[in-house]
Amino acid sequence: MRLALEVWRQRSPETPGRFVRYETTEASPDMSLLELLDVVNEGLVRKGEEPIAFDSDCREGICGTCGFMVNGLAHGPLQGAAACQVYLRNFRDGETLWIEPFRAKAFPLLKDLVLNRSALDRIIAAGGYVTVNTGNAPEANTSTIRKDCAEQAMDAAACIACGACVAACPNASAALFTGAKITHLGNLPEGQPERGRRALRMVRAAAAEGFGHCTFAGECETACPKSIPLQVITQMNHDYLAARLSGEGRAQPRHIEPGTPKRHR
Amino acid sequence: MHLDGKIPGGPLPQKWERRKLDYALVSPANRRKYTVLVVGTGLAGASAAATLGELGYRVECVFFHDSPRRAHSIAAQGGINAAKNYQNDGDSVQRLFQDTIKGGDYRAREGNVYRLAEVSLRIIDQCVAQGVPFAREYGGKLANRSFGGAQVSRTFYARGQTGQQLLLGAYQSLLRQVQAGTVRLSPRTEMLDLVVAHGRARGIVARDLVTGEIRTFVADAVVLATGGYGNAYFLSTYARNSNATAIWRAHRRGAYFANPCFTQIHPTCIPVSGEHQSKLTLMSESLRNDGRIWVPLRAGDKRSPEQIPEAERDYYLERRYPSYGNLSPRDVASRAAKAVCDEGRGVGPSGLGVYLDFADAIRRLGADVITERYGNLFDMYAEITGEDPYRAPMRIYPAIHYTMGGLWVDYDLMSTIDGLFVVGEANFSDHGANRLGASALMQGLADGYFIVPLAVGSYLARAKPPAIDGAHPAFEEARKDTAARIERLLLVRGKRTAASFHRELGRLLWDTCGMSRNRKGLERALTQIPELREKFYRELLVPGQGESLNRELETAGRVADYFELGELTCRDALHREESCGGHFREEYQTPDGEALRDDEHFAYVAAWQWREGEPPILHKEPLVFEAAPPMQRSYK
Repeated sequence: MRLALEVWRQRSPETPGRFVRYETTEASPDMSLLELLDVVNEGLVRKGEEPIAFDSDCREGICGTCGFMVNGLAHGPLQGAAACQVYLRNFRDGETLWIEPFRAKAFPLLKDLVLNRSALDRIIAAGGYVTVNTGNAPEANTSTIRKDCAEQAMDAAACIACGACVAACPNASAALFTGAKITHLGNLPEGQPERGRRALRMVRAAAAEGFGHCTFAGECETACPKSIPLQVITQMNHDYLAARLSGEGRAQPRHIEPGTPKRHR
Repeated sequence: MHLDGKIPGGPLPQKWERRKLDYALVSPANRRKYTVLVVGTGLAGASAAATLGELGYRVECVFFHDSPRRAHSIAAQGGINAAKNYQNDGDSVQRLFQDTIKGGDYRAREGNVYRLAEVSLRIIDQCVAQGVPFAREYGGKLANRSFGGAQVSRTFYARGQTGQQLLLGAYQSLLRQVQAGTVRLSPRTEMLDLVVAHGRARGIVARDLVTGEIRTFVADAVVLATGGYGNAYFLSTYARNSNATAIWRAHRRGAYFANPCFTQIHPTCIPVSGEHQSKLTLMSESLRNDGRIWVPLRAGDKRSPEQIPEAERDYYLERRYPSYGNLSPRDVASRAAKAVCDEGRGVGPSGLGVYLDFADAIRRLGADVITERYGNLFDMYAEITGEDPYRAPMRIYPAIHYTMGGLWVDYDLMSTIDGLFVVGEANFSDHGANRLGASALMQGLADGYFIVPLAVGSYLARAKPPAIDGAHPAFEEARKDTAARIERLLLVRGKRTAASFHRELGRLLWDTCGMSRNRKGLERALTQIPELREKFYRELLVPGQGESLNRELETAGRVADYFELGELTCRDALHREESCGGHFREEYQTPDGEALRDDEHFAYVAAWQWREGEPPILHKEPLVFEAAPPMQRSYK
């Protein structure tokens, strides 16, 4: 196969970037897209040039490290696949692939296709957990979970935090990511005590990181390599609103200065 | 030096209880005065860092990924073992212990393995409490499946993504501690050296992978949770960036390396398709619950699988090992696959493959049930090969998957360097010469949640490491060493990429120290590896500078360490003149081709001590078996 690549090259966050064209002749249908980038890079290194910087690790679609836009689509043309799972048999011979980084204010670019996605970690840190110290757990089978609840939790928990949902969203919203964690834990009995607090804190953290709001464009669901359903956003909105309406997060006792005289009745 | 495993006395079931009572404690108010450095955020690292943070220690967590959730534990598919006996099929702590000792071919410590089996119960409790969405029965209780090397169903799972869900549980606990201020994360930071001062591990030197800055981290104890070294073989099921630099550098600073030749080859991986392949993909062992493995009866049979009638197929695992069948342990199943391919009966374009066939299971259970159990694995297979496993059998072949060897640790998970703890796959662990499926997740979490936090506390309470800062000469020296190594790689300016050397080394290791080994091959490897290493330092080309994001430099540094580690692996394989578990020496086999152990001469842990410019010294820790007397391991 012959494939041409137009790859976004940017030395550092400060310097301007541009597309650079690479012609390849070594492509074969059984090769993955990332392996093609490896081949291009080995060629560049042999010429003493700097290779294209891109992130990848497990190369089986589960770690969430890889990801970039291919011809304007996050992770490329396949539904339910991360960039590392895209094989060249999915492209036409002679095609040109435009490869550029996920773009979002909350994902600052480091180099070429490499981003800083720590903002997603900070959303989880804000409340995407069950508060239970090691050693605190009761016998596992004391909690009974309806099979469909467990399955729905698992559907949402499959998120790999790649950021494709953000990149595909016209608002650069992280609602699918945030909603997925809220739905995962909200479907399980262990997640109930913190359900409202979790929704409030995670939604606020996402806004503070500079992710946009959700307007239900639905692009995220198409881009998601794990096909997380859009309903997780509905669940997030539900839990957030329920928490706001029930006054969750405002239940702190009033502080009274020492020496304050009794109120007159 | 006498190697003392420090295994507590008394009967097996009381050893861990006794040790926990022996442990010295640090009072809650004093814990925040101690800094514990955890390197790596897989199951073992994330669970250790989170738990240490919960206890109140100051935790520095250093890892090379961009997020703690990327560590390769995330890719574990099939499940995690625990002796819950929820299926009422005769399981118990004692049976899990026996299965693990036998599965490891009597090359693991009884005391450690018994503790692992005991702690397994609490791991499941902890994970459920964190919200890990394990598979459930309709009644809402936890479901189990079977795994290789066991005749009970004790494996808990979350579809084919058990590792992911367990890691996310640990990761979320870790981030809760970050939010609470007890843990500080340093992402995209790779450990390049260990700092030892006054005989104790006191910190590390690491490179910021974005800016290239060489940083030092000072601590009162160091926990390495940096995974295994299977990527030395280039093609493996490891992630691209998994590497051995952290443990290898610690080894060079004085930590003994134990049983490096105990490497695991997983029988069910997607076969190699081409020269440019960057990694091998595992198809979970759980598939062997329902899939049947076969090859054509006749060598050179090139018919497509559906054209081969039942009578002309050889279900060789069912034939050779009737009582375990397709669920024979990994080492046994891998060798059997190699044997049929060596006979010319392998399938696929390369002839290096066997069929894993679901036709019977689909007929028996329906495609829907198979989709529910293995849907994501079938999809993954279809994506990679372009073939539909619902219609045609999968083709699979063994690949490097896990390393049982690693840094030597005592019962308290402390290495031969005081204050250096090693957890998870990075230590030489509890799996002996062969790990059973679904036991890696169990061991990683046992170490991280339940063992190392107590052991570290006791060490700190007893050793009371004096205050030290980054200006200490030991830090200065380690930092200079690191800078010089980077400089050396950048200045070769030859014409070959690090990856090309890695590929060559990997092929050599796979050929000589892979599924089967012999003296001649290992001796060849021991002459060729040093030659290749010399060539590496003459012909390597790393473009760019050290002061920026430079992936070629990262790779070159890792490959440089693989040469030394690969050499030690071959040396260990050569010295161990017996076959056991994953270590199969062709010279030592039974008449029907099974591994032939030599308990009289080799019932020990081989722990190697590094010496600069000289061959390493071998130390032996004898293995004593009281509760599970060694016998020939039979799955027939």
